[in-house]
Amino acid sequence: MKIMVAIKRVIDYAVKIRVKPDKSGVVTQNVKMSMNPFCEIALEEALRMRESGLASEVVAVTMGPSQCLDTLRTGLAMGADRGIHVDSTSALHPLHVAKILMNLVQIEKPSLIILGKQAIDDDCNQTGQMVAGLLNWPQGTFASKVVLDKEKEEVTVDREVDDGIETVQLKLPAVITTDLRLNQPRYATLPNIMKAKSKPIKKFTPQELNVEIKSDLEIVEVTEPPKRKAGVMVSSVDELIDKLKNEAKVI
Amino acid sequence: MVNRNCRATLRLLTLINRQGHPHPPLSSSPSGIDACWKQLQRNNVHGEHKIVSFFSPLASSLKTRQWGVKIQSRCYGSASVLVQRNPKFSKLNDEDVRYFEGILGAKNVIQDDEKLITANTDWMRKYKGSSKLLLQPRTTDQVSEILKYCNFRCLAVVPQGGNTGLVGGSVPVFDEVVVSLSAMSKIISFDKVSGILVCEAGCILENIISFLDSEGFIMPLDLGAKGSCQIGGNVSTNAGGLRLLRYGSLHGNVLGIEAVLADGTVLDMLKTLRKDNTGYDLKHLFIGSEGSLGIVTKVSILTPPKLSSVNVAFLACKDYSSCQKLLQEARRKLGEILSAFEFLDSNAMNLVLNHLEGARNPLPTSLHNFYVLIETTGSDESSDKQKLEAFLLGSMENELISDGALAQDINQASSFWLLREGIPEALMRAGAVYKYDLSIPVEKMYNLVEEMRSRLGNDANVVGYGHLGDGNLHLNVSTPQYDDKILSQIEPFVYEWTSKHHGSISAEHGLGLMKANKIFYSKSPETVKVMTSIKKLLDPNHILNPYKVLPCSSIS
Ligand SMILES: Cc1cc2nc3c(=O)[nH]c(=O)nc-3n(C[C@H](O)[C@H](O)[C@H](O)COP(=O)(O)OP(=O)(O)OC[C@H]3O[C@@H](n4cnc5c(N)ncnc54)[C@H](O)[C@@H]3O)c2cc1C
Repeated sequence: MKIMVAIKRVIDYAVKIRVKPDKSGVVTQNVKMSMNPFCEIALEEALRMRESGLASEVVAVTMGPSQCLDTLRTGLAMGADRGIHVDSTSALHPLHVAKILMNLVQIEKPSLIILGKQAIDDDCNQTGQMVAGLLNWPQGTFASKVVLDKEKEEVTVDREVDDGIETVQLKLPAVITTDLRLNQPRYATLPNIMKAKSKPIKKFTPQELNVEIKSDLEIVEVTEPPKRKAGVMVSSVDELIDKLKNEAKVI
Repeated sequence: MVNRNCRATLRLLTLINRQGHPHPPLSSSPSGIDACWKQLQRNNVHGEHKIVSFFSPLASSLKTRQWGVKIQSRCYGSASVLVQRNPKFSKLNDEDVRYFEGILGAKNVIQDDEKLITANTDWMRKYKGSSKLLLQPRTTDQVSEILKYCNFRCLAVVPQGGNTGLVGGSVPVFDEVVVSLSAMSKIISFDKVSGILVCEAGCILENIISFLDSEGFIMPLDLGAKGSCQIGGNVSTNAGGLRLLRYGSLHGNVLGIEAVLADGTVLDMLKTLRKDNTGYDLKHLFIGSEGSLGIVTKVSILTPPKLSSVNVAFLACKDYSSCQKLLQEARRKLGEILSAFEFLDSNAMNLVLNHLEGARNPLPTSLHNFYVLIETTGSDESSDKQKLEAFLLGSMENELISDGALAQDINQASSFWLLREGIPEALMRAGAVYKYDLSIPVEKMYNLVEEMRSRLGNDANVVGYGHLGDGNLHLNVSTPQYDDKILSQIEPFVYEWTSKHHGSISAEHGLGLMKANKIFYSKSPETVKVMTSIKKLLDPNHILNPYKVLPCSSIS
């Protein structure tokens, strides 16, 4: 059984985001880029399945400009068996990514696709659902626990929903998107980094996969959230009441 | 659960995970514990004690109290240093207070008990003075007027920065007047072309770091206490820290200083020149003299540009000699991008893994004897990473490294750093600890740890870690409780050993009160004599930070 995992290169989550002066987007030049944390979790889950004998191969897929190869290498160093890079310099929206994945599924024929529930750059939370829709596969989103039954060709997914945990059972092939608590991803160790160097990476373009990158979406403006005002120290209860009454006008 | 803004949520989660460690609450503690301490200590100075609080003193206040009683009621035989109040110093009177109020305004003349307790107690809560007065000048002229008066009245003075020093230098021993620089915290100028920053001595290091960050620069100095320590304190202790390997010591990075001498003379050496060979370079006297020669009021400092590519690797080595060879190779092969080379032994690693929440072994498959953390900082992400990877893989083939992991994102990098930076806190949690901060030639450095281990046998856990790249060993002896017998096995052996191998008994923390009388282990009598004459020349009444840095015998 083959598992396909989608991984995305995003601005590292520990980096302070700066908006470009012309408000057309955020500054990415000279900024640390890393694998989307949810994608790391997705990959980790796939690797664990392979290590416990439930899967035979893990294929990592990334899309974007050539720098994404770094992210793909990280994925291979974590333990993915092969990589696929879909080279594109234009902006990719969830529907593009979903269509590309759908077409890769025709080539790779995986039984399971695992993705992060969302990417921390645009916070869309759509790709997994869209792939499932396009393929007409069952989906288990926001997974906090995944149990695969190889014999029955079934996967049980615990989902983190607003009022608790929902358990769903999916027939393979299926799509899973991962939440934060699913697992703790491993580090890339030197022996694995070394091994990763000889792992194959296949390259495609969106055209080769018959996906037209055309967007119906236009970004009008990107702005920073309003800054929180600094607090003030008041010296007495009276002053506090006075400020609440006359400045804040809340009492 | 669908998180709208995952970036923020992730940050929050990391914060929550980390709670309880590793960032030290570098602020004052509730007065309850302080009050207890106040009762316990009355100006007697002991040798090494248990350091009661390092990262989270409030985590177990009960325990703290018990330790307090134990520690403060004892006096260590050979290692004890009992200091007498110098009778030449006057006692503070109301007239003095009024005079200071005249200079500073009543608001900046502090006699409030709670604030005085904080100013009288050091960060480890190990040293405690009984000063009745805290002064907060806002200008150099005010500092000058204060000192002029104190010199005239023969009132002893303790200059105080962020009070994070680890050798008892920043708090009074008896009733010295505390002069705090906290209110002098302005950034005066920053030159974006040269990267030269001029600021007042009371600027908190972290504030300078974030100011520079927004300008695209960094401080050449970084240390765990950055949230509280001040640049004036850093300069006065010649603080080392995590970036020394790359950017060198403050003797190189500080371009100018303004300092006030004991008699109130203002020495304006606040140059912003990289080269200036006109006579004796007196600013160096104030770098590392721990407030004993003058009060630093302004500093100009050369700051390097911030580089975008930082990589961190956590490595395992089978023996100490591999760590050393790895250092030599790293210097050669990583050259200009190498920015930190830290090491810890397996005892330190076990301690962190057992006592620090959130600590995770990146190399869990087997236990190794030594671990090394390497950081590179450069300007080209892909070529830096390639270079580091090639170096690491090569070292693995040569068997200098037995295993290792390379951080793939900032979060992983900080979790590697946590293993190194969290050792002091883990030590605190493990029980009693005897701390030594030593400079020793790298090739001999670990012999001391091994000798100490065989001296102490099963009675103690001897832990070695530190800034290997700088030849700086942090030797720590951890025991369930304090024990005189253990102490007498450690001291003076540790000082004698260091001296025999031409090391320094204080690599970066200074001498302060703790080691003033130990100076001869590292400096010749002739050298100390010259130091004493300089002290007498600049501070003839010895009012500045008395009982510290130089041995009492040489000063009287
Ligand atoms: C968690 C932690 C981590 C640390 N890590 C390191 C490290 O990696 N490397 C390292 O070298 N040190 C380290 N230290 C100790 C270090 O010496 C201090 O943190 C720092 O340099 C002192 O600055 P401060 O403003 O707190 O000075 P204080 O503690 O207030 O004073 C230190 C000494 O300088 C004098 N002084 C202070 N300000 C002035 C001034 N303006 N003019 C004249 N004299 C003055 C004081 O009288 C005292 O003798 C660490 C401490 C802590 C608590």
